[in-house]
Amino acid sequence: MNDIFLYTGIVLGFLMLLPTYRALFGPTVLDRLVGVNAIGSKTIAMLILIGLIYKRVDMFVDIALAYAMLNFIAVLVASRYFQKQKGLYDEGQT
Amino acid sequence: MTVIITIMLIGGLIFFAGGSIGIIRFPDFYSRLHPAGKLDTAGLVITMSAFALYTIQPLSLSALITSAKIILIVVFVFITSPTAIHSIVDAGVRAGLKPWEKGE
Repeated sequence: MNDIFLYTGIVLGFLMLLPTYRALFGPTVLDRLVGVNAIGSKTIAMLILIGLIYKRVDMFVDIALAYAMLNFIAVLVASRYFQKQKGLYDEGQT
Repeated sequence: MTVIITIMLIGGLIFFAGGSIGIIRFPDFYSRLHPAGKLDTAGLVITMSAFALYTIQPLSLSALITSAKIILIVVFVFITSPTAIHSIVDAGVRAGLKPWEKGE
């Protein structure tokens, strides 16, 4: 059972590299925000997985809940800030 | 029970992979939000259900409380993830991003 969790963690870590491309090279600011949100939602599953591998899931589940709240607040605040800037230009064309 | 948990983990990873590839491959900002909103939430629900099923196995009070906390994380993400994606869409519409059209 421990090996299954380990392989799941490896595949999940590889899948977290794919939205990193969108977060680094996204054409607009909001594309980067989508990439960061996708990485954050995978990190919640990753934290529970670390707790199951180390057999301390009762501690890591609170960390995962706090991280879920932090991810939500960060995305909400960033999107409220960027909608004030009118005419969000396409970075690739300028 | 091990077989059920493994099947649920593989199903969740398939949803996660679909969401990640969709975020890279879709041509437009608004269409990129579709895999970001749906598939990540679905993958998280299935994966966390597998973790809760594994945690509850030697049945005791502390295991029951930990499993209930994992289910509460799922409920929280199920409410907040579409809210976050909708606020990003709102920011894009108000900033005046044009949707993608055929032939561009």
